[in-house]
Amino acid sequence: MEEPKDVCVFAEVQDGQVAEVSLELLSKAAELAAELGGRVGAFLIGDSVEPLAQTLFEHGCDEVHLAERPALAHYATLPYAEVLTQMIGQAGPAIVLFGATTTGRDLAPRIASALQVGLTADCTDLQIGSHRDLAGGKTYEKLLYQIRPAFGGNIIATIVNPETRPQMATVREGVMRMAPAEPGRTGTLRRFDGALDAALFCVELLEEHRAEKLVDLKKANVIVSGGAGVGNKENFELIRRLAETLGGQVGASRAAVDAGLIDKAHQVGQTGTTVRPKLYVACGISGAVQHRAGMQESGKIVAINSDPDAPIFQFAHYGIVGDLNEVIPALIDLYKEHAR
Amino acid sequence: MAYQIVVCIKQVPDTENLTGEAMKEDGTVNRAALPAIVNPEDLNALEMALQVKEAHGGSVTVLTMGLPSAANELRECLYRGADRAVLLTDRRLIASDTLATSYALSCAIRKTGQPDLVLCGRQAIDGDTAQIGPQLAEKLGLPQFTYVEEVREVGPDGIVVRRGLEHGFEVMRGPLPALLTVTSSANDPRPPSAKRLMKHKKARAAGELGDGAEQDATALRERDLLIEQWDAEDAGCDLERIGKSGSPTRVKKIEGVRLASEEHKRVEPTTEGLGALIEELMDEHIFD
Repeated sequence: MEEPKDVCVFAEVQDGQVAEVSLELLSKAAELAAELGGRVGAFLIGDSVEPLAQTLFEHGCDEVHLAERPALAHYATLPYAEVLTQMIGQAGPAIVLFGATTTGRDLAPRIASALQVGLTADCTDLQIGSHRDLAGGKTYEKLLYQIRPAFGGNIIATIVNPETRPQMATVREGVMRMAPAEPGRTGTLRRFDGALDAALFCVELLEEHRAEKLVDLKKANVIVSGGAGVGNKENFELIRRLAETLGGQVGASRAAVDAGLIDKAHQVGQTGTTVRPKLYVACGISGAVQHRAGMQESGKIVAINSDPDAPIFQFAHYGIVGDLNEVIPALIDLYKEHAR
Repeated sequence: MAYQIVVCIKQVPDTENLTGEAMKEDGTVNRAALPAIVNPEDLNALEMALQVKEAHGGSVTVLTMGLPSAANELRECLYRGADRAVLLTDRRLIASDTLATSYALSCAIRKTGQPDLVLCGRQAIDGDTAQIGPQLAEKLGLPQFTYVEEVREVGPDGIVVRRGLEHGFEVMRGPLPALLTVTSSANDPRPPSAKRLMKHKKARAAGELGDGAEQDATALRERDLLIEQWDAEDAGCDLERIGKSGSPTRVKKIEGVRLASEEHKRVEPTTEGLGALIEELMDEHIFD
């Protein structure tokens, strides 16, 4: 049997559109497929989603596997897992990628378990390479290197699945870059027409509440973040003013959000948003590992903290030991002076 | 209606509290120096289980697959209100990835009986995969609810939960039995109760008893202080599906992340210091 070479992406649908993370993964899938000599596929599941196939083709997909019916309008684990497991069986790809969204992290492990294959979550990089298994003495070519942080962000691990196919990985939004779309590009469409047992639909959606997007931290060039050290909501005004002055967005640590200083939408960190701005100013933030995991790849990190032993000073490029209530107004004034 | 609930817990190194001793000179973490704790979100899962039991009756069994020392973490759960503790420990389980681990746990859960609810923390702070919950649900053939922040109802019509998503939340109803993964925003886990601590600090797993283990075990069981200890065969595992042979993933390489950044500039909070910082950032075109 021929070695699988295709790279497929689960095309997650959000608000009637293909999720950005899925489009980013299609770009990466195209690179990986080129190295394997295979094609790019996408799995599209939902109701009345066929028009989205065009978006997928334009972002590099060669073949869309489509499963469309009213009962699949909203994501639910059991029916989506069944459909996807069957589609993967038919398509036989080398690699399947999922966005590490709440849906992706609900679905991908269920599928990996059903197929008894390996899955690596939250990959920060994907490459193709060889692997020598020392125990078995066997060398594998063209494996997917699944690279990710672990241990609370303290180590980077490279994981491979030598024997099982497909190799599966989930990737967070913003990690892979979306290539420009090619308008008018086409591909093939394969329809899934398998039967779905009524028992798969035993979970009912009662209520759905979509929060308004308050802030887009991912696209910010500059982020000024406040932590528990800011103290109170009034002082958070300082954070806002500095962010505004520097042309940036307001971020926050989990501690600040938990203390009620600011809305969760501004949270940066492992359970918040991962950001990569050119400049990250951390004010009154201790620099705990989960916060660091969400901003450590920022271009330049400036830390302001009155505690000289705060862990953040170990990885900030510029460390200011001082009272943010004095430092921030000074920075605002100095910036305005220098900007003239 | 009483509910039989199983909570899966994991003994993890405390990666969230790095102190000086935990860091090596090259800036990487010295894992062996970190104290062991119950994975934080597993305590949220336990808290949720205890609340369901307090509202409706039933029993809470905590299960862990780990080193013999994980008996400590099981005791921590007994102090908080768990009724029964099971330690699945076996050298042949070492090097299990999430597929092999979820398989082993599913075997053990089947041996504990027929739970109505299986609860897990959403994610462990060492592996960070969040995969065990869904994989375990698939192996047990159960509907799964991940990112659960609230159980609104449990009853003859099944279970109603609120799931926290990236962009809001959703409320779903499903049948029992079911598996839930629980997030840290779900609740504030209760501390150990003094009374339960006094009693259960004497709880032991068979592997912790020295000579005369059998008599001691019987005595402990009679006093409701025995932590059940199972190996892979006790749990009914197919040995090919655990450990390295049951694990499709291989770690090819691990690199420590240097926690110290290469360039470190201490900036004085003076006009000169801050002014120089602004200039330097402007020179690097940060604000363009």
